[in-house]
Amino acid sequence: MTTVTETHEDAHEHGMSDAGYVKIAIILALITGLEVSTYYVDFGPLFMPALLIMMVVKFVMVVSYFMHLKFDSKIFSFLFYVGLGLALFVYITALATFKFFIA
Amino acid sequence: MADIATHDTDHATDHGHHSSTGLSNNKLAMWLFLGSECLLFGGLISTYMLYRGRVQNGPHPSQIYDIPFTSVSSFVLLMSSLTMVLAVSSAQRKDDNKTNLWLLITALLGATFIGGQVYEFTAFYREGLGFTTSLFGSSFYSLTGFHGVHVSIGVIMLLSLRGIIKKGKITGDKAEVVELIGLYWHFVDIVWIIIFTLVYLIPS
Repeated sequence: MTTVTETHEDAHEHGMSDAGYVKIAIILALITGLEVSTYYVDFGPLFMPALLIMMVVKFVMVVSYFMHLKFDSKIFSFLFYVGLGLALFVYITALATFKFFIA
Repeated sequence: MADIATHDTDHATDHGHHSSTGLSNNKLAMWLFLGSECLLFGGLISTYMLYRGRVQNGPHPSQIYDIPFTSVSSFVLLMSSLTMVLAVSSAQRKDDNKTNLWLLITALLGATFIGGQVYEFTAFYREGLGFTTSLFGSSFYSLTGFHGVHVSIGVIMLLSLRGIIKKGKITGDKAEVVELIGLYWHFVDIVWIIIFTLVYLIPS
């Protein structure tokens, strides 16, 4: 039971300070500002890749720091990312089906 | 040995049940639930991406989207994630007053987002985009509507949690309960991060 106690207490000690969370939020706000700027400024061929990269960066930052996945057990990461991987598989399969077989 | 048994019982009462991995069953269940939610939103986002260009009647996406307004809504929801994580942090420090304050602010930010969505839906409807107007309309309202329902449930959970904490009715690990609600709230936020980019910012 000591292991359980230690594991649980460790989880409480993990994570970041409040100032760290505020820093992450400022970075997220800046990225959101950049995303919105693509609506007003012509980024040319970089438009789509830049938006997708910023989306992924924001997603990973929230999951890793705000949801503590970076500091928590790998089992939680496994459960979540398997679901996410399956969701991507559903999207790609649906898109391919409509693109190649129905349209 | 008796001491160890007593300690085990106390710990179980304080921190809820744990699996053989040493991890909280509640937290495992929440992550499993969030993994399954990815599939739900994956299906809805896929449907929208397939149908957003299919507009037989009514307005096209580019004709009705109000990007500055939606950007403000997105910012509000993003900041609610910050206030939520500060609530979790306060709960872990056993600071009930700050926990309650951050939970209330998070709920208010969530309610503001929902208010914005109601305004947006009303404006779109007045511009001629109903649920059955086109495949674009159906898939758009289904996706953003499901997300809105999730945010609304989150607001209800936050306010309920605040009431339960105030009445001191949480028997287990209070910080873990706040963290579980927080995980759900952050999930709602990351889904919107995807929706904001794929639905609003990338033109069809």
